[in-house]
Amino acid sequence: MSTETKPDIDIDRSVGDFRYDVDYAFDAGVGLSEATIDYICDVKGDPDWVRAFRKEGYRKFLEKPMPTHWATKDLENIVFENIRYYLSQGQVPKRSWDDVPEDVKRTFERLGIPEQERKFLAGVEAQFDSEAAYSNIKAAVGEQGVIFVGSAEGLKEHPEIFKKWFGKVIPSGDNKFSALNSAVFSGGSFIYVPPGVKVSHPLQAYFRINAQNFGQFERTLIIADEGAELTYMEGCTAPKFETATLHSAVVELVAMKGAKIQYITVQNWSSNVFNLVTKRGIAHENAEVKWIDCNIGSRLTMKYPGVVMKEKGARGEVVSIALAGDGQHQDTGAKMIHAADNTTSNIISKSISLGSGRSTYRGMVHVPKHLKGCKNNTECDALLINTHSRTDTYPAISVRGQGNAVQHEASVSQISSEQIFYMQQRGLSEAAAMSLAVNGFVNDLVQQFPMEYSVELKRLIDLEMEGSVG
Amino acid sequence: MSAPTTSTLSIRDLHASIGDKPILKGLSLEIPKGEVHAIMGKNGAGKSTLAKIMAGHPDYTVTSGDVLLDGESILGMEPDVRARLGLFLAFQYPMEIPGVTIANFIRAALQARLPQGEELEATEYYAKLYAKMDALSVPRNFTSRSVNEGFSGGEKKRCEILQMAMLEPSYAVLDETDSGLDIDALKIVSAGVNALRGPSIGMLVITHYQRLLDYIVPDKVHVMSEGRIIHSGDKELALKLEAEGYDWVEKEFGKNAA
Repeated sequence: MSTETKPDIDIDRSVGDFRYDVDYAFDAGVGLSEATIDYICDVKGDPDWVRAFRKEGYRKFLEKPMPTHWATKDLENIVFENIRYYLSQGQVPKRSWDDVPEDVKRTFERLGIPEQERKFLAGVEAQFDSEAAYSNIKAAVGEQGVIFVGSAEGLKEHPEIFKKWFGKVIPSGDNKFSALNSAVFSGGSFIYVPPGVKVSHPLQAYFRINAQNFGQFERTLIIADEGAELTYMEGCTAPKFETATLHSAVVELVAMKGAKIQYITVQNWSSNVFNLVTKRGIAHENAEVKWIDCNIGSRLTMKYPGVVMKEKGARGEVVSIALAGDGQHQDTGAKMIHAADNTTSNIISKSISLGSGRSTYRGMVHVPKHLKGCKNNTECDALLINTHSRTDTYPAISVRGQGNAVQHEASVSQISSEQIFYMQQRGLSEAAAMSLAVNGFVNDLVQQFPMEYSVELKRLIDLEMEGSVG
Repeated sequence: MSAPTTSTLSIRDLHASIGDKPILKGLSLEIPKGEVHAIMGKNGAGKSTLAKIMAGHPDYTVTSGDVLLDGESILGMEPDVRARLGLFLAFQYPMEIPGVTIANFIRAALQARLPQGEELEATEYYAKLYAKMDALSVPRNFTSRSVNEGFSGGEKKRCEILQMAMLEPSYAVLDETDSGLDIDALKIVSAGVNALRGPSIGMLVITHYQRLLDYIVPDKVHVMSEGRIIHSGDKELALKLEAEGYDWVEKEFGKNAA
């Protein structure tokens, strides 16, 4: 990046901060043009409609200005012509870890992915730069008719379901970055859960950026048919490079009548990644879409998971935890669009800012005039650790009509030196005391995570605190 | 087997200030293990400040003198290092820690005392915790409540004593432990403190009223005034202070004593 103004950030992210050299068979080179998009289409063997979709996305990307009129100016530090838009070793994900090339496999082994798969997951997709290196689902889950493949395979093998929803929840022109993703998307998951099937263990995707100056643009589409239930989890890491890296995903969820989708993210990108992600779900009659969104890493994250409650009785929920350490900006929140009677949404957001870290909450709740019986509850708590950290809250709540209820609570608190002294007097070091207080602050939210993830989250918070105190 | 260390908490001619304002002006005190001493004094005598300074509160600066724990000076140490060496302070106003349960808090404190890489054994820990809670008449559901959050005055003080019982310090300073307690709570807390008395612990009880000393009977009573100990005696001294107030002792032994 030519215009870096941010201070150098060096928090210990020992889990993800390593890199092995890898040979790439496919490389779209640096910069973005129609030719880049054609290269990606050719390598992936995209059908014509996908090529047209990409080109349209590219046009919209060029048309749309950077949203710096409301968002941070740091976005201007992204130099699109310096980014590599497609890098892979091969386009076909392996079904067995034994078939994954050694140089890629050792990365995922070091991150513990195969081990987690054996222990508690129903299926795993592991993406390395542009493509999934591994994708597999447990036989018992596959036998129930559950489809869990990469997005490329999804659009080729299951076009009848894929095409129906792809780009419908989030149109390519939704924002500049969804347009960019539409132009160059690669990787991500396609999941279909048939009517009535309740997947008892989570499906997991792990996203790894390995290459410098690289942009990762995965695209995920999840459809839970009538009465189906699914928990999906994603994790992500990248090594810390000298220059900035871009991650810009689009995730679309569709919950049919009575279905439930829970989507959990533990984002731990290294502190030079621009993480600009668009996530939205549609909830049909009595369906439920719940985002549990946890942002620990990245240089700048902009992400506002949304739920469109399209039919009566639909429920949307966003549980958000953001930790902005030195030099980081977590600009997160939620969008709740009520589009039918008796729909309910709930937003709980907790942010922690420390050092020069900055947290921003943006929440949009929309209930139009003709609806009745809609409810929204928003709770938004910020914790500041030391004097120069910053937090902003921008709630945008438009509720019209009668018989709709909305409730908004916000708080800003600090960990006082007296609290730290009290804990130190019990024998905890200053860092351990901070860590305990921060874990306490998010504790009620962390309890909503599956156990394995709450342990991981606690460990990440501890690491962050160790780096932040003397 | 090792060289004999003085088994005392020893405060020697301690001077301390907050900003430019001197608070302690040459305070000396010796608390041997196995004894309970009480410090009494008027409001503003510097009693609670003494407790904070011993524990290493960052707001105060020690300008001269020393505090020795079993012969080792603790003044340059961080508060947590002092705590792990065996110094415990029961706070007059214990802090709330939202979202952190008492069980997890005490566990973290015990874990901090173990060598790197060693894990506290969970079943043993809970067995000990429940035993101590029973002894202090603390209900079991206490463990899942956040530390001091929404606690009554009595619950806060009982929680302090529970922590003391679990951490097994070699010296404990109890700062106004009786404040905010009704007589029943006072009895429970005092019984808890008395159960912890013994040859392996020295205690310093800071109080404004002699009432507490009816239940926790001290071996020695010290009177503090204007940042110094001006007079010491046995438990009878506390009764006399209760009956006659502080004026006589200040007149006789204080700064302006004849």
